[in-house]
Amino acid sequence: MTVTRREFLQASGVLVVCFALPGCTRETTAGKAGYARLGNRLRINANGTVELMLGKVEFGQGIGTALAQMVAEELDIDFGRVHLSSVDTDRSPDESYTFSSISIQQSGPPTRRAAAQARGLLLTRAAERLDQPVDTLRVVDGEVLTGNVATNLNYWRLIGDEEITIDLTEQVMLKSVSDYSIVGRSLERIDIPGKVFGDASFLQDLRLPNMVHARVVRPAAERASVKTIDTAKIEKLPGVLSVVRDGNFIAVIAEREGQARRAANLLRETISWVLPSDLPDSDKIYQWLRNAESREEPVASRSSESDVGSTTTVKASYQRPFQAHASISPSAAIALYDNGKLTVWSHAQGMYPLRGAIAQVLGMDIENIRCVHCEASGCYGHNGADDAACDAAALAVKFPGRPVRLQWERRDEMTWEPYGSAMHIEISADVDETGTVRAWDYDLWSCPHSSRPRNAEQSGNLIYAQHRAAPAELPPPQSIPQPNGGADRNAVPLYTFDNMDVVKHLVTDRPMRVSALRGLGAYANVFAIESFMDELAARSQEDAIAYRLRHLDDERAIAVLKRLMDVSAWSRRPPAGSGEGWGIGFARFKNRSAWVGVVMRVIVKNGNISLQHASAVCDAGLIINPDGAGAQIEGGIVQSASWTLKEQIRFDNDRKQSVDWVSYPILGFDETPTITVDFMERSNQPSLGIGEAAQGPTAAAIANALYHATGQRQRRLPLSA
Amino acid sequence: MAIIFTLNGKSVSVDVDAQTALLEVLRNDIELNGPKFGCGLAQCGACAVLLDGRSVRSCVLPVSAAAGKSVTTLEGLGNASDPHPLQSAFIEEQALQCGYCTSGIIVTAAALLAKNASPAEEDVKKELSGHLCRCGAQARMIRAVMRAAAQLEGSES
Ligand code: FES
Ligand code: FES
Repeated sequence: MTVTRREFLQASGVLVVCFALPGCTRETTAGKAGYARLGNRLRINANGTVELMLGKVEFGQGIGTALAQMVAEELDIDFGRVHLSSVDTDRSPDESYTFSSISIQQSGPPTRRAAAQARGLLLTRAAERLDQPVDTLRVVDGEVLTGNVATNLNYWRLIGDEEITIDLTEQVMLKSVSDYSIVGRSLERIDIPGKVFGDASFLQDLRLPNMVHARVVRPAAERASVKTIDTAKIEKLPGVLSVVRDGNFIAVIAEREGQARRAANLLRETISWVLPSDLPDSDKIYQWLRNAESREEPVASRSSESDVGSTTTVKASYQRPFQAHASISPSAAIALYDNGKLTVWSHAQGMYPLRGAIAQVLGMDIENIRCVHCEASGCYGHNGADDAACDAAALAVKFPGRPVRLQWERRDEMTWEPYGSAMHIEISADVDETGTVRAWDYDLWSCPHSSRPRNAEQSGNLIYAQHRAAPAELPPPQSIPQPNGGADRNAVPLYTFDNMDVVKHLVTDRPMRVSALRGLGAYANVFAIESFMDELAARSQEDAIAYRLRHLDDERAIAVLKRLMDVSAWSRRPPAGSGEGWGIGFARFKNRSAWVGVVMRVIVKNGNISLQHASAVCDAGLIINPDGAGAQIEGGIVQSASWTLKEQIRFDNDRKQSVDWVSYPILGFDETPTITVDFMERSNQPSLGIGEAAQGPTAAAIANALYHATGQRQRRLPLSA
Repeated sequence: MAIIFTLNGKSVSVDVDAQTALLEVLRNDIELNGPKFGCGLAQCGACAVLLDGRSVRSCVLPVSAAAGKSVTTLEGLGNASDPHPLQSAFIEEQALQCGYCTSGIIVTAAALLAKNASPAEEDVKKELSGHLCRCGAQARMIRAVMRAAAQLEGSES
């Protein structure tokens, strides 16, 4: 051991709360000095620090830093005083999942109010002591001033050694945007230094005393079952502590990680499986989707009395395969079961929902379970994290007294995470003589886009619940209704078509696990709508952006497209068919969040597609941290480019064939374009989520650029040269 | 049998099965956080460390292969009070999202800069092409490496 536990705890900085075991003293706050605690959001410590208890989880999207900026702004303190605590069901606000790019919208207002309330309370105290009206006082980094004159008071002294607890109220005066000096600035993210110096930043860096290591041995296919297994030899391998078998849930626990790995690999070789051979072929998936059992749900319709005159009908269909979250860190979790109490450290997106689901699956009381969030790599939606947490919890209960660290292998993640569903989309438009769309019919076929184990009823979605000897019933497929929509997210175009009919065919048969992948249906729907708009513009021999503009009446959408024409130098677009192509894609995420337009420039040469440059323009209302917001859009563009050009989960009748990074390649360093992101100045408008806003537009921009470069229209993802 | 090697400038001795992956020894026995487990298949680069100055995949390298050699991890490149130019540049460019891939990328970039202090952007892309980043922070990381290179060059002239 080169690092002591204490040094280790100190080094772990903001994540310290992760390391607090039940029964151990927490080391989050120094000394015994007083504090003012605002509900379960904020704790202002007399030692000059402020703790923000997050309700949403960080996974590199910068939510912690953005919320800390809001706290520092409303409190008038230096940003550096704010420390973050991860979600912990023993103490944090319950904000359910971190999803749908709504963290700033959901977490921002209560966080801001808590900080403003604290400031109000402390200033009222100061006013009493100074015998001055409150409105003559100012605060600079916690120091109270009258006008420009310092007083001997500051927040920290006003708290002293009192322990103040205050309930949150809804009614508080917030600072006006024009007075902001911290919100709206590109401050450096709080978590980055620790990550570049190798501090303990991740769940993977959490090493508990006496911890043991586990690996699962998953069935060869979904719904496969064990025919024969021979555990005897494995149990005798060095370091092996337990071979767990509960129906088709099989795992090995060992002293050392390498021992668990080796034992799991050897155990796998002893098992023969009954394979259901019930998968459609990955190449025939669209036919399958079209014919599988489905439920028809109307999404939107619009009709107008106006005479459409003579029209021509244009049709096309678009397809997207099953695609993976493919997180860089395979899912992992640590669980400890001790004296009837279960603690689970997990990188899932919602600690409260996870606790409810695990309680149901394991038949425990919620009060006896604590779920603590620790970061892992980006998850991009519902990946294997929840399943790994439940696996670890089940193992901990079978192996009490020592923390069990379960690490999935790359293959486990690739073949068992719930994928983003394949989709098949058919569009038919009636176009009049001026090229204007007068009627729009849109039908989409898709499996569901969420199977989160969000509560007791949905807990049957967890792998352990399905694999154990007494399996849970698979919960019925969930349809996410408008206005957010699941498969139908962004299926309703923003364009002003006179007549419109949008229908979702929710495929209720589920050949493989599917759930929320960043953007849900928006990625494929925007790809389809924006590709088709491009086809219609070309048919009408109009400029692709001008064509869109004349079908729009949304002012902010129009402004984004006009700005995009400028920043992308759209007027310098090369002639069609030259091998260099420029394409546009545009959408407002969920039709109620951020607007994003992307122009992608590509070069097609010798059968190779080379992405040159992406210009993006975004309107997301008030931007809390412009650099952080830009990073989110950049990341969205690159990830979407990877989905669009490379990614498809492959399988045959028996099993999945995408099992690692060779069989499921993603976009590499030598394939990423340069990117510029411009934000519209809208600081007087509410903040809107951006994490999923660029993916759909990027896919269409690439498809349209390829068409522009080569004259070939591609309608099935992933696209090729 | 004890295996002895130099780790981040200090001699260490570990007593483990010689076939144990170097990554496991670094992470679980020595409790370093830099090198990460991402695939265990030499496919992603999350586990990269320097072995006598060359970037290698510690997930598939038995610890015995390090015997008598020098291993450098992210932690050995620098720290908050004495950062490596790459570490400073990654902070300045805010060149990561989740940061899980970062350690391996910085380590490989350090090996590149050690042999070529003024690489072209194409060299950087090529050198890093064996590393995967799922968050899409590649463009920023390339900028960060170029910034570090410029800084190194400036300090040498
Ligand atoms: S963990 Fe070693 S290359 Fe992926
Ligand atoms: S920053 Fe998340 S994988 Fe690279």
